[in-house]
Amino acid sequence: MHEGVTAMPESEATAAVAEILASYPPRREHLIPVLQEIQERQGYLSQEGVRALAVASGISENEIYGVATFYAQFRFQPPAEHTIHVCEGTACHVRGGPQLMHDFEERLNIKAGEMTPDHEFGLARVACVGCCALAPVVLVDGKVRAGMKPKQVRGLLVQLGHQGNGKAA
Amino acid sequence: MTFLNDASVAARAHWQALETSPVPVFFVGTATCGLAAGAGETLAYLRAEIDAGNLQGQVVETGCLGPCSLEPLVIVHKPGVPRICFGNVGPAEMHQILKRHVLGNDPCAEWALGSLGAGSVDGMGALADHPMMRGQVRRVLANCGRIDPENIEHYLAQDGYRGFLHALEIGPEHVVDAVKQAGLRGRGGAGFPTWRKWDTCRQTPADQRYLICNADEGDPGAFMNRSLIEGDPHAILEGMLVAAFALGASKGYIYCRAEYPLALARLKVALVQMRSMGLLGERIQGSEFSFDIEIKKGAGAFVCGEETALIASIEGRRGMPQPRPPFPAVSGLWGKPTIIQNVETLANLPLILRNGPAWYAEMGTAASKGTRSFALAGKVKRTGLIEVPLGTTLRQIVEEIGGGSSDGKPIKAVQTGGPSGGCIAAEHLDLPVDYESLAQAGSIMGSGGMIVLDADTCAVDLAKYFISFTQAESCGKCPPCRVGTYAMQYLLERIAGGDGKPEDLVRLQDLAHTVARGSLCGLGQTAPNPVLTTLRYFGQEYRDHVERHQCEAFVCRAMIQHRIDAERCPGCTACVKVCPAEAISGSRGTAHVINPEACSQCGSCLSVCPPKYAAVYRISGALTRHEERAHKADAAAGQAA
Repeated sequence: MHEGVTAMPESEATAAVAEILASYPPRREHLIPVLQEIQERQGYLSQEGVRALAVASGISENEIYGVATFYAQFRFQPPAEHTIHVCEGTACHVRGGPQLMHDFEERLNIKAGEMTPDHEFGLARVACVGCCALAPVVLVDGKVRAGMKPKQVRGLLVQLGHQGNGKAA
Repeated sequence: MTFLNDASVAARAHWQALETSPVPVFFVGTATCGLAAGAGETLAYLRAEIDAGNLQGQVVETGCLGPCSLEPLVIVHKPGVPRICFGNVGPAEMHQILKRHVLGNDPCAEWALGSLGAGSVDGMGALADHPMMRGQVRRVLANCGRIDPENIEHYLAQDGYRGFLHALEIGPEHVVDAVKQAGLRGRGGAGFPTWRKWDTCRQTPADQRYLICNADEGDPGAFMNRSLIEGDPHAILEGMLVAAFALGASKGYIYCRAEYPLALARLKVALVQMRSMGLLGERIQGSEFSFDIEIKKGAGAFVCGEETALIASIEGRRGMPQPRPPFPAVSGLWGKPTIIQNVETLANLPLILRNGPAWYAEMGTAASKGTRSFALAGKVKRTGLIEVPLGTTLRQIVEEIGGGSSDGKPIKAVQTGGPSGGCIAAEHLDLPVDYESLAQAGSIMGSGGMIVLDADTCAVDLAKYFISFTQAESCGKCPPCRVGTYAMQYLLERIAGGDGKPEDLVRLQDLAHTVARGSLCGLGQTAPNPVLTTLRYFGQEYRDHVERHQCEAFVCRAMIQHRIDAERCPGCTACVKVCPAEAISGSRGTAHVINPEACSQCGSCLSVCPPKYAAVYRISGALTRHEERAHKADAAAGQAA
């Protein structure tokens, strides 16, 4: 369990999972859609949620984790308040994407795939969002920001409520 | 079968009413790219003006017309005047267009890309003559940006679903025949003749067949499928009906990546409309043909673009490829014959059925028929989604349609086919773009991503980028791919980091061949292509990295250094203000100094240093950080001794 996060009550997770499962025919092919819906509602796949799903579906926890960890989309800890995805598509790469990632990492003092200790900001890579013609782009809480420049990084974070200047030591 | 015909008649009447609307009609491109460029704000402004009663008008949201670099795009149809397409329309421009063009008599030619349809407007040419549009033949993308993708009537009014009705009339055998005569080849990458795949599937006895639309457009740098789904979803769905009818498939899936939320939403809307029009379900349009479609949302795995991995993913398993044969056409989803087609392949089918194979095959080369869409991006002036006849040269695409280099620097190469493709050096720009020519040049057609690279792109860095991508996306099943891509990445990082050894280049080449030969699926087999092609065309650049610690493109950070010429720097603080790493010291009036330890070599200082001072400069090769590090280490060792 991620530190500092209170576990989701077992009963709540079970109820939510039961509700989601009810809308799918009980077939193995629906495992991924069910996991997607759990994550959509709860923000991530909690241990409690996966356990409840295992019990309800008859697919073992191991098997569920096997499938879920294969796909980049699934998270196993709650997302940050704001998530910034830096696009790493080819067009973004040749038009300055890596520099943006570098600057976000320095400002937030975390690495890609991590979260700030206060859970305010998460930084992640995304393979390509298909806005290549407007590269480089970042996704701020799912919304595309086109033509990002390194000098806009600081302003963007301040706008989202980032306090510290986050300069790397 | 009368139901759809009636609907088409009504749809045409509605479309006609829109064409002859007594109030102005505004077509606003709100595909993902348009929204990213600010179309939402333009739309909100426009709607507010209409709601406030400042003008009368009707707003239609469309997909993307193609020239993404000119987004937001708005087509304005003022009664009595030809439609005019405007580019880069923010709320301020929209305000002017309303005031001057819609309510006045000035067509705002300065923002116009051109007029559409019959007639002309003073001061501007036709949109079809715009440099970006002139060399294109838009067939698959014909409706994108011109119709409301969420309104099936708009599609019906453009002869939508007529190809499918024709298929019902002529029967499955003749459909296969038409596709064979048209010479259609798969648009997903490999270019396999579509009819042959279908033939295999049809000849396999089975009680159930499946059709899957592969919309898992995972290649970074490719967005053709996204644009097409967002702009004209029914074209793909009609294609699915045609294919399923020819195959005798009763169930279809669309496997679309989760990173495309708008495309997913538009598909959902379109499926509901199809159902209400009797285009899905039992006995479609009164025929014997029954078919249904389900959307499967991808969960973020590039390898799932591979047929067998995609099938595993739909079945709810880890998306790992299986050995072939058996090919999915024989034994696929749940062991049943399954045909997987790329989005664009499917969108070609209604056109073939509607206009005939001869019409279709008049475009293209002897072996590569028809047109092909490409996502043109990178260091090119006009980026966007284009469609050209196969056989068009890279030069025509990059220089005429794309307008050449974006920053005025010479074009170095064109990367096609994403991580599975390769770089084609600028001296080969006269290569015709067809399946065979690209393969001969060491690349592949791939899904259609086309990234233009200029002198600011480092061949080593690009190879490293692609290998890091495939390394991260390798499913891990085959050790040559799992371990080999990792080893290649390690070597490339070492070379880019200034620690490369001459023998690394040989090792890299050896590994590339091992990975290609020893991998089960397309991901591993083609993963070395970017490395092999850059080695082939830019070998000298690799050697410069290794032997001289020089990155001539100034990309590999370990080999570059930004400096300020104290004699030229008057201390204007422009660079101090812009430095994201706060690495530049010095107050106004005194020469600034860059602290090399803090500097991230982003180049912001260089870009803002006023040309009249030109005090910031960068070096690579002469005295690099690498050598400095070595110096320091030597000095430290000397002291310790």
